[in-house]
Amino acid sequence: MRIFDPHIHMTSRTTDDYEAMRRAGVQAIVEPAFWLGQPRTSVGSFVDYFAGLVGWEPFRAGQFGIRHHCALALNPKEANDPRCAGVLDLLPRYLAKDGVVAVGEVGYDSMTPEEDEAFARQLQMAIEQDLPVLVHTPHRDKKAGTLRTLDVVRESGIAPERVVVDHLNELTVRPVLESGCWMAFSIYPDTKMDEERMVRILREYGTERMLVNSAADWGRSDPLKTRATGEAMLAAGFGEDDVDLVLWRNPVAFFAQSGRLDLTGPDDGAVDATATFEGNSILRGARAG
Amino acid sequence: MTLEKLTAALAARLTDEGAAWLAKARVQVSRDPAAIHVVSPAAGRHCGRGRIEGLRGGWTVDDAVRALLIAELPLGGAALTEAIEELYWHGDAAEKRGVLRALSVLESRAEAGDGSREGFGDAFVPLVHDAVRTNDTRLIAAALGPYGARHLDAAAYRQAVLKCLFTGIPLADISGVEDRVDDELVRMMSEFAQERISAGRVVPDDVWRFVPSPEA
Repeated sequence: MRIFDPHIHMTSRTTDDYEAMRRAGVQAIVEPAFWLGQPRTSVGSFVDYFAGLVGWEPFRAGQFGIRHHCALALNPKEANDPRCAGVLDLLPRYLAKDGVVAVGEVGYDSMTPEEDEAFARQLQMAIEQDLPVLVHTPHRDKKAGTLRTLDVVRESGIAPERVVVDHLNELTVRPVLESGCWMAFSIYPDTKMDEERMVRILREYGTERMLVNSAADWGRSDPLKTRATGEAMLAAGFGEDDVDLVLWRNPVAFFAQSGRLDLTGPDDGAVDATATFEGNSILRGARAG
Repeated sequence: MTLEKLTAALAARLTDEGAAWLAKARVQVSRDPAAIHVVSPAAGRHCGRGRIEGLRGGWTVDDAVRALLIAELPLGGAALTEAIEELYWHGDAAEKRGVLRALSVLESRAEAGDGSREGFGDAFVPLVHDAVRTNDTRLIAAALGPYGARHLDAAAYRQAVLKCLFTGIPLADISGVEDRVDDELVRMMSEFAQERISAGRVVPDDVWRFVPSPEA
C-alpha cells in the first residue's frame, strides 16, 4: 500500500512516528502550517516556523525515506492576533519556495472579520503564485462555517478544483462535492472522523476528489490512520486500485497542480538517503548535536 | 572556486530550457537586484538539483545556478553584503546552501583583483556559524567550503571538523583540514575515537588520517 498523507503536522511528532509511517507505506506527506498549541505573539516566531518547514523538517523526513512538502499560511486562529498580522506581508516570499505545494491552512476558526480578511487575502496570494489551497473548516459551528467557506472560495475567483476543503464530516461533504472543490477527511482516534465512517462516506459519495489524512499533530491523533483507512476500505470490499486512488493518486493529482511536487526521491538528491540507514552516522549525529 | 570554472562545469549540466531560464534570470538580476528573491527559490525547479561531478565539495546544479545569480547582483560594499544576508536568512535549506557556496566564488572574484570588487573579510562569518549550528549535513558541509575554512577562528574550526566526524560528513567534502589541523584538533579527534571505541561503535576512517591507529 503506497500512502501520501496530505495533511500531517510532523513538527509535533517524533522520529518513532516517521519510522512507523515509513513501515506502514507512507512515502510522501504535506505538512500544512498551523498553530502549535501555544499561541505565537510575533512575526519572527512564524519566520522560524516557516524556515523549519522548508528547511529542517524535509531533511528530517528524508532520513526516514519520506518526501516532505508543506503548505504555508497564517492560520485562522492566529489571524485574530494583530501582532501576527504582519505574517501576511511576509508570506509571498515563502510561498515561492521549492517544497511549498499549497497555501494553507487557511479558512475559519471563529468566523471573525480578521479571519475574513486573512482568508480572502491568502486566496488571492494562491491565485498570484499559481498554488492550490488547503482550507481548514471550523470545529465549532462546522456546517455554517463550511457553507461560508465555499462562498468565500467562490467569490475569490479561484478554480474550485484547486481547492481542498478539509476536516469534513457526514453533514458537510455534500455541499463541497457540489462546489467542485476537493474533499478531505481527517481520521482521528475519536473525534472528527473515523475509518468506518470514512468507508461509508466513500461508498455513498465515491472516490473521486476524495483525500484522507491523519492530521496528526500535538493533540490526540494517530499518524497511521491513513493506513487504517486503507485497510478498512479493503475489508469493506473496495479493491486495491480504489485504495491506491484515495491514498496516493488523488493527493498526488491535487498537489501536482502546484507544479512543484517532487516524488523522485526522499530528498533533493544531495544526500544519499540509504547512507542514513546503513552507516548510522547521520541519524546518530543529528541526535548528538 | 572561480566564476569561470563554475560557469564551465554548470554549462555541461544544463538542459537547453535550464540554460535559457538562467540566462533570462541573470539579466533580470543584473537590472534589478530585488529580482533575485523571486528567481533564487525557483532555481532547482527550472535547472535541476543533481550533483556536478568533478567540483570539490559536493556542488549541485542549483547551487551553481544560485551562485551565478548572486555574482550577477549589481551591488557593492554594504548593499551587496546586506542582499546576500537577506537571501540567506529568508532562504530555504537549498538557498542557504547556495549562498554558502557562493561565498568562495565571490571571494575569489574579489581577489582576482580588477580593482572593481572588494573582499568581504569576515562579514559572512555569522552565516557560517548559523549553518554549522544546524544538524543539516548539507548546510554544515557547504559552510565549511573555502570561505568558512579560511575565516573561522581556530576554536570554531576545530569544533566544526569534529561535528563533521559526528554527523558523517566526509572530511574530503570540506576545505582546509590538511592546512588547519593542529595539536588540539588531533587531541579532540583522538578522544572522540576513544569514546567511539569504548562504546563499541564505528570510528570514521577520516580520523585515522590524523590520529595514530591503535593497531599500528
